[in-house]
Amino acid sequence: MRRLSPFNLVSLALGLAFLYVPILILVVYSFNASRLVTVWGGFSTRWYVALMQDRALQEAALTSLGIALASATLATVLGTLAALALTRLGRFRGRLPFAAMIYAPLVMPEVITGLSLLLLFVAVGFERGAATVTIAHTTLTMCFVAVVVQSRLAGFDRSLEEAAQDLGCPPLRTFLTVTLPVIAPGIAAGFLLAFSLSLDDLVIASFTTGPGATTLPIRIYSEVRLGVKPEINAVCTIFIAVTAVVVILASLATRRAERREAVSS
Amino acid sequence: MPRAVAPTPARPAGRDARPAGDRAEKHRPMVRFDTVTRRFADVTAVDRLGLDIREGEFFALLGPSGCGKTTLLRMLAGFERPDDGRILLAGEDIAAVPPWQRPVNMMFQSYALFPHLTVAGNIAFGLKQERLPRPEIDARVAEMLRLVRLEGLGGRRPHQLSGGQRQRVALARALAKHPKVLLLDEPLAALDKKLREETQFELMALQERLATTFVIVTHDQEEAMTMADRIGVMNHGRLAQVGTPAEIYEQPRSRWVAGFIGDVNLIDGTVAAIASDGIEIADAAGRRFRAAGAPPVQTGDAVTLAVRPEKFAVATGADAAGADVAGAAPVNSVAGKVADIGYLGDISVYKVRLDDGTVLKASVTNAHRHTTPAIGWDDTVRLSFPPAAAAVLTE
Repeated sequence: MRRLSPFNLVSLALGLAFLYVPILILVVYSFNASRLVTVWGGFSTRWYVALMQDRALQEAALTSLGIALASATLATVLGTLAALALTRLGRFRGRLPFAAMIYAPLVMPEVITGLSLLLLFVAVGFERGAATVTIAHTTLTMCFVAVVVQSRLAGFDRSLEEAAQDLGCPPLRTFLTVTLPVIAPGIAAGFLLAFSLSLDDLVIASFTTGPGATTLPIRIYSEVRLGVKPEINAVCTIFIAVTAVVVILASLATRRAERREAVSS
Repeated sequence: MPRAVAPTPARPAGRDARPAGDRAEKHRPMVRFDTVTRRFADVTAVDRLGLDIREGEFFALLGPSGCGKTTLLRMLAGFERPDDGRILLAGEDIAAVPPWQRPVNMMFQSYALFPHLTVAGNIAFGLKQERLPRPEIDARVAEMLRLVRLEGLGGRRPHQLSGGQRQRVALARALAKHPKVLLLDEPLAALDKKLREETQFELMALQERLATTFVIVTHDQEEAMTMADRIGVMNHGRLAQVGTPAEIYEQPRSRWVAGFIGDVNLIDGTVAAIASDGIEIADAAGRRFRAAGAPPVQTGDAVTLAVRPEKFAVATGADAAGADVAGAAPVNSVAGKVADIGYLGDISVYKVRLDDGTVLKASVTNAHRHTTPAIGWDDTVRLSFPPAAAAVLTE
């Protein structure tokens, strides 16, 4: 291990501070006893208790969770299929445009994705609500799943599948008992990524949502416009905790699989 | 097509368990390639190839990379379809049988162990596909672990094993279903030299004990020579020669085979005379050589004489003097200057330049412990070989 010089240490501290001090302040003030958001009035968990009574926020959180689960599941299935097509079908006609179209949402400004989806839903007369947000989030997140799963598939040793078939396992069962378990960490990481992306999306959700389907970010945003309330700090802290856990799980899943592969190949 | 399941699931280890009647059938072809062709885009990987592999035989497919040997093996496993010709397994055409229904198993070059399963899970994988009862699977897995000396490691994951252990798991997994034919694709390529040599003998002992037909693909001629009963030498999708290791080494069928297997000196010439006990060949420099045997040639035919480096007797000092003209010197004897010496420990290799510039390679066993070489650079030496040591090649 290389020792860090004082200069490196200071740079590291400043960089981390830039990233995390705002979040830290938010977390600290969520335990503030005072009603004033900028004045420290001692430690208290009263805003967390207050949350328990805030029906609107709870409903928004449930809506968000439902949408995140549904869209992440859909995105995982579609993204995995897209990744399989890109890695397994060889150089089929239209492979390049297909890949480009799958990856486009990665770089597309969310405002444009949101607006175009809104126009589409209006044009086809689709009633806007939780379903439209779910569809919108699926389009946004499936490309992330495709990227993650594709990187797993690229390192997949095809002779594993041949070995399974050679040992008497028909193709479909081979896919279920060998291919899927081996690429499962990639799929899990993709799912968790899609889940957290959907959970904290504000822009696309606000374009595509309708009455009765308010997601948590939309709710928080609308409350903050009327002035920051301490309850919001508490909600956000819980939110950060959930997202952090999901992201850590995702990276652990990939790390574990990579370590297993590194030795066995 | 029914799967091959041995009548006795638990073979007694350590002795030949073949039924007595089996021996008579030893020469029935287990595998027959009948004018098989396989093309990839513009390359013909296997070209109208015919080959019989006998039951219980250890057969090696040997050839340079890209010669089609792996394609041939993969066609037998079912991963490639022949474009033309038939492949018979125990007399049955297996063209329409998919890989998962063929009674052959393959050991992959990369081992292809399932990383998400334990060693025991890997070995049991094929047995579970047959839906055997649990106790029988457990018994067979234990038997296989014993066979490859991995007792006690059944609970490990592949990444917790050494390279040699993984190789043995792959072998056990492929043998667990008691296949009619075991296919081995460069099975020892990933092992270091010492382990590879040990494993060669282990594989031979195993094959003898199980009496299963083994077909191994290798580019390593030493490996093929050591292990195989017969070798098929492949080049450009065709079999250049099929025979026992000794046949291929001592009587190669073509210049290419002679050069591919081991070291060889090729001397071009024409047939000068045919006698009852052999033929006489004259090379471009007027030297005369005699070769024993009765090759199908006529006087005046262009032929090549193949002499392995170890067939030469190397004489130094006064014995080395004298002319090379026929009659004045003993038969099959040439003199030259040592141009290069390679000391390999067990043997020394000498490159000897003759008067006309031809370079011949001779190897001598270092039977004595010389630290100062007996033969030095630019020494004049005489190389000679008996007529029976030379092979006459017409192709």
